[in-house]
Amino acid sequence: MLPDQLKEDSVAAALEARFPDAITGGHAERGEQTLFILPARIVEVCRFLKDEQAFLRLSGITAVDWHPADPRFEVVYLLHSLDRNKRFRLKCWVAESECEIDSVTGVWRSANWYEREVFDMFGVTFRGHPDLRRILMPSDWEGHPLRKDFPVHGYKYSYQDE
Amino acid sequence: MLESTLHTGTISAADAEQTVVAPPETSSRRMTLNMGPQHPSTHGVLRVVLELDGETIVTAIPDIGFLHTGIEKECEVKTWQQVVTLTDRVDYLANLSNNLVYALAVEKLIGDIEIPPRAQWMRVMMAEFSRLNSHLVWLGTHALDIGAMSVFFYCFREREDILRILEMFSGQRMMTSYIRIGGLALEPPRGWQHVVGKFIRAFPSKVDEYEELLDTNPIWTRRTQGVGIAPLENLLDLGVTGPMIRAAGVKWDIRKAEPYSSYDKFDFEICTRTENDVFARYRVRLGEMRQSARIITQALEGMPEGAWQADAPKIVLPEREKMKTQMEALIYHFKIVTEGFRVPAGEVYQAVESPRGEIGYYVVSDGTSKPYRVFMRTPSFGNLQALPALLEGRLLADSIAALGSMDFVLGDVDR
Repeated sequence: MLPDQLKEDSVAAALEARFPDAITGGHAERGEQTLFILPARIVEVCRFLKDEQAFLRLSGITAVDWHPADPRFEVVYLLHSLDRNKRFRLKCWVAESECEIDSVTGVWRSANWYEREVFDMFGVTFRGHPDLRRILMPSDWEGHPLRKDFPVHGYKYSYQDE
Repeated sequence: MLESTLHTGTISAADAEQTVVAPPETSSRRMTLNMGPQHPSTHGVLRVVLELDGETIVTAIPDIGFLHTGIEKECEVKTWQQVVTLTDRVDYLANLSNNLVYALAVEKLIGDIEIPPRAQWMRVMMAEFSRLNSHLVWLGTHALDIGAMSVFFYCFREREDILRILEMFSGQRMMTSYIRIGGLALEPPRGWQHVVGKFIRAFPSKVDEYEELLDTNPIWTRRTQGVGIAPLENLLDLGVTGPMIRAAGVKWDIRKAEPYSSYDKFDFEICTRTENDVFARYRVRLGEMRQSARIITQALEGMPEGAWQADAPKIVLPEREKMKTQMEALIYHFKIVTEGFRVPAGEVYQAVESPRGEIGYYVVSDGTSKPYRVFMRTPSFGNLQALPALLEGRLLADSIAALGSMDFVLGDVDR
């Protein structure tokens, strides 16, 4: 269901017409449009936006950890269209028990490193990613640093040891 | 010429993790070469695992993260204003662009805060100084990589002047933190017009000097023309922004497309080229230096008078004098310094044009005095992803020119 404040938006309206059951909500605040998408439908929604709505660029993918809420993670897709000079945001809720979502690397190749970063920092796995491994942290690192239950100083190091 | 693909080369990603890889059995000529993390031409700590067939690069796998300092995590335990000092350290060559995008994002979240015109213009001027600074370092070191040494000294001569100007404004040469939420950190110093004016009147002729030094250098032109080409569709699909895609003919600059901080009041042009090679990127950056000089001149001549900080006592620190005489100012000062200010819950994505491309901060607030999440969409990270597309199928000797033309800062990649 499309919220009232997004009815005017052409992208949201096109998505509503094409995927009426994939949209679970959304908002338009401070001039920025956000739509919540069912995680299972994210790839087809992204492909539609790229192929038919001219969102050729993916600015980035990130996540927000709402620990201890359930579902815990919000995966955020920041889209940008050069031709229309428009930005649009998609979001998917991912539960901690599942912690998996389909990869959009098949749609935009730039998703590759951003998804690796989200995997590295939050531990969300991307199904179908060609090369899902840590990108910023060492490969033998334990835990996912940007999770809210990960201490700022890490698990192993303590100032009291010094 | 090989079609560049993601990681479908003949060495697997797991092999790239190892420092020494046994040569594939299919071809005895193939060898794996580790470039970096201490290679002088990677300008920081970047490691690229190259698989070579003779002199030709078959696969290139960038390995990043050596400079990862957890800035995004640290943002979550600092107050909103304290984070400004962290943003300096993300892209240390264009720190004012980082300050600016963060300040703009938080001000957008706060909503009812109005930045006075003087502060907006001053922000534009400082951001352009930081663009000049970054492009000068790029031009100098890139020419040095390719073998033209004297340009380096010329560029650093002017860069020194810029750093002195930044020091005059903020007290710091590099980590300026000059742009703060609600305005600027300090009042512009007395007589700044004189110093900036003297510099900016002389600067365009300096750009002509670099141009003459390089364009008349046959080694430079032959090492840059026709090198480091990748199809534009690939570049856009791989998330490349900034001078890299402007050199491929895309007329897109966030300063024009989504004007911020009164950039719409300035008269300047977007520099584009169509050749899409290292030489075109150099020409685009030279052009941008001239445009930046134009913007700074306009800012100098038309700088509005008035306040340099927003009229928002709950966010901006009170003047020292008021603090000593007015109870209210003292209370605000105490509140801001100890607890910080609260920002309404919500989320924004703010993008600005940094010297390297689109820098965007996605900031989430939960209504407290600390950011809940700060995601930095840094241009270097996005651009570096296209490195295999530029290197694969080309000669090893061209890799330095192609790598340098991307103009990445490793602090910006790894955060």
